[in-house]
Amino acid sequence: MDLFAFIKPKNELERSDETDVKKPYVPDEMWEKCPECGTLLLTTDVEENCQVCSKCNHHFRINARKRIELTVDRDSFVEMDAELESENIIDFPGYEEKLEKSKKISKEKESVICGTCKIGGAEVVIVSMNSEFMMGSMGSVTGDKITRAFEYATDKKLPIIVFTVSGGARMQEGIISLMQMAKTSGAVKRHSDAGLLYITVLTDPTSGGVTASFAMEGDIILAEPKALIAFAGPRVIEQTIRQKLPRDFQTAEFVQNKGFVDRVVDRRQMRQTLSDLLRIHNYGEAEI
Amino acid sequence: MSAYEKVLAARDTKKLTSADYIHAMFGESFIELHGDRNYADDKAVIGGVGMLNEMPVTVIGLEKGRNTMERMERNFGAAHPEGYRKALRLMKQAEKFHRPVLCFVDTSGAFCGIGAEERGQGHAIATNLMEMMALKTPVLSIFIGEGGSGGAIALAVADEVWMMENAVYSVISPEGCASILWKDSSKAPEAAEALKMTAQDLFKLGVVERILREPVQGDQKMFESLKLLICRTFEKNLAVDGERLAELRYQRFRKIGKVK
Repeated sequence: MDLFAFIKPKNELERSDETDVKKPYVPDEMWEKCPECGTLLLTTDVEENCQVCSKCNHHFRINARKRIELTVDRDSFVEMDAELESENIIDFPGYEEKLEKSKKISKEKESVICGTCKIGGAEVVIVSMNSEFMMGSMGSVTGDKITRAFEYATDKKLPIIVFTVSGGARMQEGIISLMQMAKTSGAVKRHSDAGLLYITVLTDPTSGGVTASFAMEGDIILAEPKALIAFAGPRVIEQTIRQKLPRDFQTAEFVQNKGFVDRVVDRRQMRQTLSDLLRIHNYGEAEI
Repeated sequence: MSAYEKVLAARDTKKLTSADYIHAMFGESFIELHGDRNYADDKAVIGGVGMLNEMPVTVIGLEKGRNTMERMERNFGAAHPEGYRKALRLMKQAEKFHRPVLCFVDTSGAFCGIGAEERGQGHAIATNLMEMMALKTPVLSIFIGEGGSGGAIALAVADEVWMMENAVYSVISPEGCASILWKDSSKAPEAAEALKMTAQDLFKLGVVERILREPVQGDQKMFESLKLLICRTFEKNLAVDGERLAELRYQRFRKIGKVK
């Protein structure tokens, strides 16, 4: 099997099914099939719609760069610590290969991108995690970049917005990855004690050690519709308690109902919501 | 002993639990305090106040239970969010009265279940990490058996972390690691080796400050010397200004696995 088959868009996988000769040929770059409702959508329409299905509002997964592009004022993003790369600190078998593969797939050096930007004119530190890099898992460089972003924001008295997507701590870094939970939490606490605003946006999926650290530490916690938000993932729970889970369990809406998310926000309104929240907290253009 | 043998030793049900340590070191002075003031009293976490020699101390332990009945009642040491919230409540109380906090860690991990998720397991652990980092009173965590991931670090954001010689501390269980990476949980021994989860490995990585000889039940002399060691550490840290102590704690974690 082609090693990269699993990351191809679904419609491409189907086209490669040679037994089905009657299927009309559709160039992949023109169409995208919604994985939720199955509707064929024009790629340009999906793009214009912030990567959301116009039929069922399914939010397509997007990478960290795309997220930044959709969120910040045009050309305002300046990346920080872009050069940092992970090493195999505990000599974990196969980790180097895994890193190389992830770099190739994601065209990024790590599972998070940090920088400064403007949103609605307000200067903000932005952190955007990347599901295309080892499922956004948190290794020491991920943790360090996030910690540095918080320290920078504290130092410059800036608000910070973090988009999370993660399978949790990166086991290939053993205990060092677990320590990132404490480290990032400490940096959040200092930022918070300095009286500065921290908004988290939980996107699909946010779980494990990221949920149990900075994802849940925002002053305001937003989430994208239907995003999976969990400490332990559904499969682990089913194996532990040996019973079926309720429908909608651990979706953003469910977690909001349980009181751990402030607000589920549609991606198309995210930029405006963030901008409004920043303004309410007196960030933005200096008053005249 | 191989890494996996240490894992099995750390899980041994005949091993001393937090309750044993508390009993041996605090004796009759221990007063248990229950509940998180929010939802319930989680019996996987024992907490309270007592005297360590002449020193008032808040003590909190993840408790697996000493026999089958107790283990059921204690949920095998797997805490729910209310357990972590109880621990934090007692730590904040300790801070108010400027008492040091002693934590015993022994858990396979935070409980994975419907109620735990509904009541915010991730949020409870996250809050502990954040608040413990800024606690303006001394905190010492001692791993006496298993240190299972997020459920363990939620009681281990401390000035110093000590481990019993046969205790383990890991981001994931070796079985879980083997089944995710190699689709074969029988490769747990290899995973245990790769994860560097023994006290000795963790000491080398700079994650723990001290490895301790494990006391034997009934050997009061060993407990007395452990008590003395703890008291000395607390005395030293009580002399440090609270703000400074929190700063040192932050730097302790800041430098682990430091990136160039």
